[in-house]
Amino acid sequence: MRYSALRLLKEGLTGQKGWTPHWRDPAPKDDYDIVLIGGGGHGLSTAYYLAKNHGLTNVAVLEKGYLGGGNVGRNTTIVRANYFLDGNSQFYSHSLKLWEGLEQELNYNVMHSQRGLINLFHSDGQRDAFARRGNAMVNQGDDAILLDREGVREHLPYLDFDNTRFPVYGGLLHPRGGTARHDAVAWGYARGADRRGVDLIQNCEVTGIDVAAGRVTGVQTTRGPIRARKVGIVTAGRSGQVAAMAGMRLPIESHVLQAFVTEGLKPVIDHVVSFGMGHFYISQSDKGGLVFGGDLDFYASYAQRGNLPMAEHVMEAGMTLMPMIGKARVLRSWGGIMDMTPDGSPIIDKTHIDGLYVDCGWCYGGFKAVPASGWCFAHLIARDAPHEVAAKYRLDRFRTGHLLDEEGTGSQHNLH
Amino acid sequence: MRITCPLCGDRDLREFTYGGAAVYMDRPGADADLDALDAYLHLRDNPAGPTEELWSHDMGCRAWLKVRRDTVTHEILGTALAAEAKRGAG
Ligand SMILES: Cc1cc2nc3c(=O)[nH]c(=O)nc-3n(C[C@H](O)[C@H](O)[C@H](O)COP(=O)(O)OP(=O)(O)OC[C@H]3O[C@@H](n4cnc5c(N)ncnc54)[C@H](O)[C@@H]3O)c2cc1C
Ligand SMILES: [Zn+2]
Repeated sequence: MRYSALRLLKEGLTGQKGWTPHWRDPAPKDDYDIVLIGGGGHGLSTAYYLAKNHGLTNVAVLEKGYLGGGNVGRNTTIVRANYFLDGNSQFYSHSLKLWEGLEQELNYNVMHSQRGLINLFHSDGQRDAFARRGNAMVNQGDDAILLDREGVREHLPYLDFDNTRFPVYGGLLHPRGGTARHDAVAWGYARGADRRGVDLIQNCEVTGIDVAAGRVTGVQTTRGPIRARKVGIVTAGRSGQVAAMAGMRLPIESHVLQAFVTEGLKPVIDHVVSFGMGHFYISQSDKGGLVFGGDLDFYASYAQRGNLPMAEHVMEAGMTLMPMIGKARVLRSWGGIMDMTPDGSPIIDKTHIDGLYVDCGWCYGGFKAVPASGWCFAHLIARDAPHEVAAKYRLDRFRTGHLLDEEGTGSQHNLH
Repeated sequence: MRITCPLCGDRDLREFTYGGAAVYMDRPGADADLDALDAYLHLRDNPAGPTEELWSHDMGCRAWLKVRRDTVTHEILGTALAAEAKRGAG
């Protein structure tokens, strides 16, 4: 089913009775060329680009719950390309370009809103670091503008500029940064993949990965065994468990990240504002809720809910930066399970088992990566060779010392 | 979450710092090969369920603890001083 102005008009006049489900609900076949484990943002975009870019449609996405019920529907939806390191920079730049054409590509309103992202700084040293990052972004072909204090004030007049601990010195504005509607991204890719013939199979948990003579031969699922020539693991926070089914240990520890949303308010925060020193970031959703969050809870967890100290810390940081939000009432808080790597960067690679591939380690930044991750993982699976913008996301880079530690915080899973 | 420190008793999470999986206590020797070091530093079992990890009681007695904890429920299943756990194992 395609969307168009004509279609909207017709449905409006005929009682909205003509809309049909976005995708089929097929029973799993016995055999596929490619099976993707995990129907989150990355699994669905991979399926879409396997079909679209490589003409591979004998593909199934196996999802243990419902499509988009994982982190892709739990995140705070920030989309940006302000990375610094060679390897990350090209990848996220590619992703942002895909975002910019995504609605046309998918014929789906993903509500991509390039409202501008401002990263605040609070010292001369930090200003230098952000100037350097901004230059790297410009060199990469993306956009960055260094704002002084008055420049920030024009955009964000409501900040407490003279805060004693973290006075605002300025900010790095990334005009093309912004947000998108998380569910719509999953749905748009799902519909696109389904229409090209990919089977999206929900309520189908993978319980085993079959390997014979060093080659993957299929998977065991709660809906029976399925044979496959190639299998891709795209299970975000659950990657460790799924890889263990193939006898592998990954350089990943799963951690919980919390987020919060307030009641709906009139438009008040026009940008995405990031206050790194306070571990706080915020934007306002199109429904009006202030969506904000902070850091990991910093201990290993699969609970999908966090503890009070981090909730308190995030609220305090928000109040420090923008006291005006103190009157808003928090409606909900939740947590998601993050696949943390020792350097904070992802993995898109083959494994030592023929035909078995992994796309994981997205930490808390994998939403913005959904288009490029699918693009590159599809390329890897189809051609058996890495895509050039993801070539540094090697599974063995920790062993070989080729870390991509964007924040320079060191080689431990909870430090990023 | 509250953690029972063997020295200080039942204390709030805020007093503790997470120090990673308990495998950090078993550092390979100086002659260990790359794979052993890679496993020690990076690769994790990452279980959903009971796990063993290190916590430092930073805002209390400052001892390192070896804690058994369920990563799904956050329940603390047991705590010991890391130094004693090491001696016991050794
Ligand atoms: C609170 C929070 C805020 C965030 N904010 C941002 C942000 O602002 N910007 C940003 O870029 N990123 C953000 N992220 C990170 C981002 O959401 C994730 O990195 C990304 O969604 C992970 O990829 P995914 O969408 O494929 O994961 P998921 O949607 O989690 O998909 C994985 C899927 O695998 C399925 N699965 C697992 N095990 C099995 C199995 N055995 N068999 C079958 N299926 C299985 C799961 O059910 C799940 O649906 C945030 C995350 C959280 C939790
Ligand atoms: Zn103590």
